[in-house]
Amino acid sequence: MQVPRAACNERLESHVRPPSRQDLQPASFAFTDENLAFAKAQIAKYPEGRQASAVIAILWRAQEQNAGWVSEAAIRVVADMLGMPYIRVLEIATFYTMFQLQPVGKKAHVQVCGTTPCRLRGAEELIEVCKHRIHHDPFHLSKDGDFSWEEVECLGACVNAPMVQIWKDTYEDLTPESFGKVLDGFATGNLPTPGPQNGRQFSAPAGGPTTLKEKT
Amino acid sequence: MTKIIIDGKEIDVPAEYTLLQACEAAGAEIPRFCYHERLSIAGNCRMCLVEVKGGPKPVASCAWGVRDCRPGPKGEPPEISTRSPMVKKAREGVMEFLLINHPLDCPICDQGGECDLQDQAMGYGVDTSRYAENKRAVEDKYLGALVKTSMTRCIQCTRCVRFSAEVCGVPEMGAIGRGEDMEITTYLEQALSSELQGNLVDICPVGALTSKPYAFAARPWELGKTQSIDVMDGLGSAIRVDTRGREVMRILPRINDSVNEEWISDKTRHVVDGLRTQRLDRPYVREDGKLRPATWPEAFKAIATRLARIDGKRVGAIAGDLAAVEEMYALKDLLAKLGSTNVAVQGGDSFDARLGRASYLFNPTIAGIEQADAILIIGANPRKEAAVLNARIRKRWRSGQLKVGLVGPKVDLTYAYEHIGAGTDSLSDVAAGKHSFATAFRNAKNPIVLVGAGAAARHDGGAILALAAKIAMDVNAVRDDWNGFAVLHDTASRVGALDIGFNGTGLTGAQMTTFGTMDVMFLLGADEVEIPEGVFTVYIGTHGDRGAHRADVILPGAAYTEKSGLYVNTEGRVQIAARASFPPGEAREDWAIIRALSEVLGRKLGYDSLAALRAEIIKAVPHLGRIDQIEAGKIADIKALAGKGGSLEKAPFKPLIDDFYLTNPIARASAVMAECSRLASGQMLTAAE
Repeated sequence: MQVPRAACNERLESHVRPPSRQDLQPASFAFTDENLAFAKAQIAKYPEGRQASAVIAILWRAQEQNAGWVSEAAIRVVADMLGMPYIRVLEIATFYTMFQLQPVGKKAHVQVCGTTPCRLRGAEELIEVCKHRIHHDPFHLSKDGDFSWEEVECLGACVNAPMVQIWKDTYEDLTPESFGKVLDGFATGNLPTPGPQNGRQFSAPAGGPTTLKEKT
Repeated sequence: MTKIIIDGKEIDVPAEYTLLQACEAAGAEIPRFCYHERLSIAGNCRMCLVEVKGGPKPVASCAWGVRDCRPGPKGEPPEISTRSPMVKKAREGVMEFLLINHPLDCPICDQGGECDLQDQAMGYGVDTSRYAENKRAVEDKYLGALVKTSMTRCIQCTRCVRFSAEVCGVPEMGAIGRGEDMEITTYLEQALSSELQGNLVDICPVGALTSKPYAFAARPWELGKTQSIDVMDGLGSAIRVDTRGREVMRILPRINDSVNEEWISDKTRHVVDGLRTQRLDRPYVREDGKLRPATWPEAFKAIATRLARIDGKRVGAIAGDLAAVEEMYALKDLLAKLGSTNVAVQGGDSFDARLGRASYLFNPTIAGIEQADAILIIGANPRKEAAVLNARIRKRWRSGQLKVGLVGPKVDLTYAYEHIGAGTDSLSDVAAGKHSFATAFRNAKNPIVLVGAGAAARHDGGAILALAAKIAMDVNAVRDDWNGFAVLHDTASRVGALDIGFNGTGLTGAQMTTFGTMDVMFLLGADEVEIPEGVFTVYIGTHGDRGAHRADVILPGAAYTEKSGLYVNTEGRVQIAARASFPPGEAREDWAIIRALSEVLGRKLGYDSLAALRAEIIKAVPHLGRIDQIEAGKIADIKALAGKGGSLEKAPFKPLIDDFYLTNPIARASAVMAECSRLASGQMLTAAE
């Protein structure tokens, strides 16, 4: 089977990530019993003939089982399971940035938000940190294979810009220094606390309340 | 019906119309890229913007219903403007965005001259670009032997994705990535496998998908265009033959809603290079076991010498798949003058034309499939035997109102069906009402019993046809308002042959090809027959195929693009193919060859021109004069057929067509068809692993 070369785009970091090189692709994929039961439960949620609705949940499980990325074999397994053409599942897997189509860092895959609010608040500096600490290019593994990074569109935490998402959690209100500490935490296994990294409570005003200060 | 005002003109349209349809009904032209009448609505190109009075923004007319428009404050009909400054500005904006990433390579683009984007840029484009950044570039994709890609030109209208999913029924194309990085491709760039993939080139509004075999061959404005009829299968799809000089450059579909809508199969479209290669361009005569080039008088003399020595009753003729009515009629005439009634058409042995026309036609008509609610397919694979008709069945099936049952080998028909069984015993079960599908079939309002030509070609073909007719009678499929008995012929010549009695008057084709029955055989482009040793064979045809190799005398004829000929399609529609170019070398039109031969034989036929021949045909068979019409068969014919009975053999049904791409001499001479065949067989190997 012919696998396309990665789309070459000088202007922007490309978000088209077709399945990675053939030599990195495992030949087969099979769900664990537990995940198979999960998949069946997902499919059962939808009426007969509408099983395709379960595709995102099942793909996500496949990604979790497969070290954080969806292999080409997994796409075929999920498509066969749901009676979908392979191309339809590939469309979904390439559309959402939550699906990775090549191996990612063992300890962390960093998704840096690069949309306007984060960018205005210093996302570019976070990307610089990634470029220096992980790899110059997105979607590449660091030398030790523990880390990888990419730039994604808005992840919906603009009040706490700039922010990154690693696995299922977000780390917000970052500076290059605090972001470095977050990465250190993942590197040493001493996982940082998700949420704002500057001591702020959720998205409450930075530096304490500004209104409703007097008691009546 | 709903009233609506379009550009100040009030018209009445059905409420379920879209604004685009309503505007067209009012005579306003709406530019579009993603919208296509025969595909689902995507609404993503935004070129069809119109102004709805009272709305703050222009709306995409293709995706906005007439019934969704609000009436005016006093209950006036909604008002639409397609020519206001707002609309013009909005469309210009859309066009500018589309052109941002579209390359300016029209001079080297095959779509140039027939490109929707080019045409509409003339209407809505601005003459300069404000865009100074780099354009997007996309890598070209491999899609197989027929579709060439130039993906940088793609404007992501997704027509190709919808076409392959909806019409082809082989959802192979998709759009991966998102936003600016969206790319159209197949799964990991596998070759397309649909028999209708050539149509992707037609529906692509830009030059992203172009024809690979026709790449850089000609410009549309330098081609002569001839409206004609296809003969690759029994449908008689409407085609346009584009020629430059005497060479056919390409074949495109024409719109004919009662036959092919606007699709044609890949064989129809890409058989073109087969018209140039392996051609017989001069007569040949076999001497000492070897064919040598000869002149026309020599060839005729060789035939005359042989015919003079034998009994006229031991002369026979078999017509091939591509023969037109005229030459078959002339050949039948000639044989009659020689004293023989032994004429047959390939695959026609089981049909008895004396029962009446309805016994061998696709009676419900092709367009009638869209009224059917159940189809029982017997020993046919419509996808291979009539790919465009299969798309029509799929269209009906997609509407959810069609149940399909199949007796025959299990195949992928692109729609779901109930597989009743592989052999005749399953057919008997259905006839006896024993199968679950039989009940559904009995309750259907407009059922169709579709018998394949492969089933009819069996030894017990007559019995199968009779049983199918009986099933049709039993389920009340044959009434005054509906005739559900349908024979799907896979060849262009057969119905015409049956209409003029070029079959079943003397010996059958099988008897004629049995050792010792014949002394001289005329093959009118018949390549799929085995002529026994010792029979003097005259081959009138176009290509150096099997028939020519066997022949003792070869008379070079004209291919379907090189002669004007009557063809009758499987539903009985009489159509006329037009001459687009001339036969090569010394080849002549087939009827003229037979007429000239008759004079040498001293049995001169009574017509000197094609018009005179046609007049005589029409006198003998009046309905052949009613072009593009169907002379409907009678109910009694099917009753008679059902009454014939016969015993069935146990053997399972076999596929009629092994290789879709190589079914006739022209296709077998085509390098493009050979490549398609190779790809298709490769795919089958992968699937079997």
